[in-house]
Amino acid sequence: MDLTCTEEEDAFRARLRRWLGEVLPTLPAKPAVADWPGRRAYDAAWQRMLYDAGYAGLHWPEDAGGQGATPTQHLIFLEETERAGAPYVGANFVGLLHAGPTVATEGTAAQRARWLPPILRGDEIWCQGFSEPDAGSDLAALRTTAVRDGDHYVISGTKLWTSHAEVADWCELLVRTDPDAPRHRGISWLAMPMDAPGVTVRPLRTLAGSAEFAELFLDEVRVPVSHRVGAENDGWRVTMVTLSFERGTAFVGEVVACRRMLGALARTARDNGRWDDAVLRRRLGRLHAEFAALWRLTQWNVSEAAAAARPRGGRPGGGGVPGTGGSVFKLRYSHARQELYDTAAEVLGAGALDADHEWVAGRLSSLSYTIAAGTSQIQRNIVAERILGLPKGR
Amino acid sequence: MDFQLTEDQRALQRATRELLAKRFGPDRLRAAVGDPAPDRALWRELGAAGFFALRLPEEAGGVGLGLPEAVLVLEETGRALLPGPLVACQLLAGVVDGVASGEKIVGLCEGGREPVLWEHPAACEELILVESGTECRDGPGEGAQGRTCGVYRSAAEQVSCAPFASVDPLTPLARVTELPRTEALALDVPRLRREAALLTAAQQLGSAARTVELAVTHAGRREQFGAPVGSFQAVKHLCAQMLVRAEMARYAVYAASVTDGDLDVTGAKLLADEAAVRNARDCVQVHGGMGFTWEADVHLHLKRAWLRAECWGVAGEAEELLAADLIV
Repeated sequence: MDLTCTEEEDAFRARLRRWLGEVLPTLPAKPAVADWPGRRAYDAAWQRMLYDAGYAGLHWPEDAGGQGATPTQHLIFLEETERAGAPYVGANFVGLLHAGPTVATEGTAAQRARWLPPILRGDEIWCQGFSEPDAGSDLAALRTTAVRDGDHYVISGTKLWTSHAEVADWCELLVRTDPDAPRHRGISWLAMPMDAPGVTVRPLRTLAGSAEFAELFLDEVRVPVSHRVGAENDGWRVTMVTLSFERGTAFVGEVVACRRMLGALARTARDNGRWDDAVLRRRLGRLHAEFAALWRLTQWNVSEAAAAARPRGGRPGGGGVPGTGGSVFKLRYSHARQELYDTAAEVLGAGALDADHEWVAGRLSSLSYTIAAGTSQIQRNIVAERILGLPKGR
Repeated sequence: MDFQLTEDQRALQRATRELLAKRFGPDRLRAAVGDPAPDRALWRELGAAGFFALRLPEEAGGVGLGLPEAVLVLEETGRALLPGPLVACQLLAGVVDGVASGEKIVGLCEGGREPVLWEHPAACEELILVESGTECRDGPGEGAQGRTCGVYRSAAEQVSCAPFASVDPLTPLARVTELPRTEALALDVPRLRREAALLTAAQQLGSAARTVELAVTHAGRREQFGAPVGSFQAVKHLCAQMLVRAEMARYAVYAASVTDGDLDVTGAKLLADEAAVRNARDCVQVHGGMGFTWEADVHLHLKRAWLRAECWGVAGEAEELLAADLIV
C-alpha cells in the first residue's frame, strides 16, 4: 500500500499547476445558469484550451486521440483542476465521460476517427438519450423503436431527462431494435445527429429552476446503420460499459469540491457564530471524516483500475472499465453531499432561503444525486446482488 | 501511488485468517464465552508465528514489518473475535520482555477517563497505564523527559481494582481504583495512543466486514414466505448499507496505516467504530428472532464493538478534533 506519488507524477502535477495558474486568470466570466448557448460556448472554449495544452482526454488511450495517462495522473488532473477552481466539464460531460469512452472501447476505427477528435477539441457536444417516461431506473423497459429500412434505422419514441439536449450535436441513444427478444437483448446503442429531421427538443425545467434536461420527441428519425456502436441488439452490454464509466470516475472531482466547500462552510460558521453550537460543529467534523474516506475510496478504486489495466496493455482509457465498486462510492457520496448542503443550511440559517445564494443552487441540484445515474435503491440492489451475491428479487 | 495490498500483504492476511480459522473456530468461540481467558497455547503459537513481534526490527528478533501489516493482522483478529489484550501486546512487544514471544500477556489502559477500565485483568502479568496529556505535564518528567512521563508499568498484583460487570462476555473488565505508577516507561505517548486507536479501528473493521458476511450468509439461507429472505429488497438494502459502511472504514483505516497521521487515524477510528457497531446491529436485525438469542454469535460482535468504541478516542472527541482541523 502506497499513497505517495512517483517523481513522474509529482512532475506532472507541478506542470499542470503551473499551466492552471497561467490560463485560469485569462478566462472570461462564467455565463448565467439559464444561458445554455453561453454555457456551451464557455465549456467548449475551456475544452479547447485543454486540448491545445495536451490535457484533453487525458486518460483516454492514445489511439483514441487521448494522452494515455495513467489513472493516477487522471486523478491528479481532477484533483488539481478542482482545487484551482477551473471550470467544470459542464456541457462536455456526456461526450467526455460517457459517449467518448464508450466509442473508444466499443467503436470501430471509423467511428473512433469520426466522433472522438471533435469531442476532445470541444467542437461537438453530446447528450444522453437513455431514460424514457416509462423507463428510468428500469432502463431495459425502454420502448423507443428503431426499424431497419435498408441501411438506415427509422426511430420513433420519446426520451426524457436528456442531459444537454438543447445544445447538443449528437445523442447517445438507446433504441429497441428487436421488440420480440427478451427485454435486455433487443436493444442497440446509436449515435444520432440532433439536427436530423423528426427530432424535437422540449426543455424540461427541474425543481432547481434550471433547464438541465429536455424531453426528446423522435418522429421517424432516420439514422444510418453505420452509426450503431457495438452489434445490433447488443446495446445493453454496451450501455453497461457506459454506466460503469459514469459510476466509476465521473464524481472524482466533486469529492475534492466537497472537501473545499466543507472548509469554507466551517469558516463561515466560525464567522457567524454558529460554530459555538456543538451539535453542528460535530456534524461538520463527521463530514470531514466522511469526505476524507470518500477520497481514500477513490484512490483505492483508481489504484485498482490501474492494476487491472496493467497486464492488458492499458486499454481502454489506460485504466480498465471501472467495476461495481463505483456503486459503493456513489451510494455514500450522493447522501454525504446532500447532508453537506443540509448542514450548510443550518450554518446559513435564513440565508439558506436566499435563492441567489450559491449554496442554494447546489442544495437544490444535490437532490438529483440519489436519483440520477441509478437511484440509491437501484444501487443497493446492485451492491446486494452483484457484490454480495444475494438472490435476485421477484 | 499504488493504494492496493501488495502480494506479501495479501499473503500475510491469508495466513493470519487461516491460522485463526484453524485455532479459533466457531466451537472455540462458543467455549470462550464461558471462559474468556486468553488461550495461553494459542498466544504462544501467535508469538512463534511473529504475530506480536511483527513490527520489531529483524536484528531484535522481530519480523521487521510496519503499521499496515499490523493493521491487517489485527483486522483478522477482529473478524475472528479473538479475545485478549491483542492491541496491548502488539504495542508493547518490544517494551516488556516475554510479550513478543507470547509468553507474557500485558494490559494497557487509559488513565485520563472515568472509570479507568482494565481488560482481562486476571490474564495479565502486568498493566501498563497511559495517562492523558495534562497529567503528563504535571507528572514527574519535564521538558525532554516529558516524553517519558505518562506511561507506567506495574505488576498485576500491585494494581488495586474493583469488580466491573463487562457488557462483553468475551472481555472481562476491572475498574482500576488507584492509578498505579510503579515504573515509568520511556515511550512516545502521542504515538502510543495513535497506534492504539488505529489498531483498535482495524479490529472494528474486521468485525464490521465479518458481520456483513454473517448477514449475507443468513439472508441467503433463511426462508420465509417461500423465498430466501435475502431476495427481499428490505433485507438486501440493509446488507448493501452494511457493505458500504465497512468499505468506507476499510480505506480510511488502510490509508491511516500508511500515513500514520493524527487526523487520518482519528477519522478512521470514527468510521470504523460506526461501521462495527451499526453493522452488528443490522446483522442482528437480518437474523430476526434468532439474532436476539444468546446462541447466535452476532451479539458478541455488537458487544465487543461497543467496548472498542469506548477505547482510544470516542466519537464526540473525534468529531471535535476533525471539526477543529477544518478552520486551521
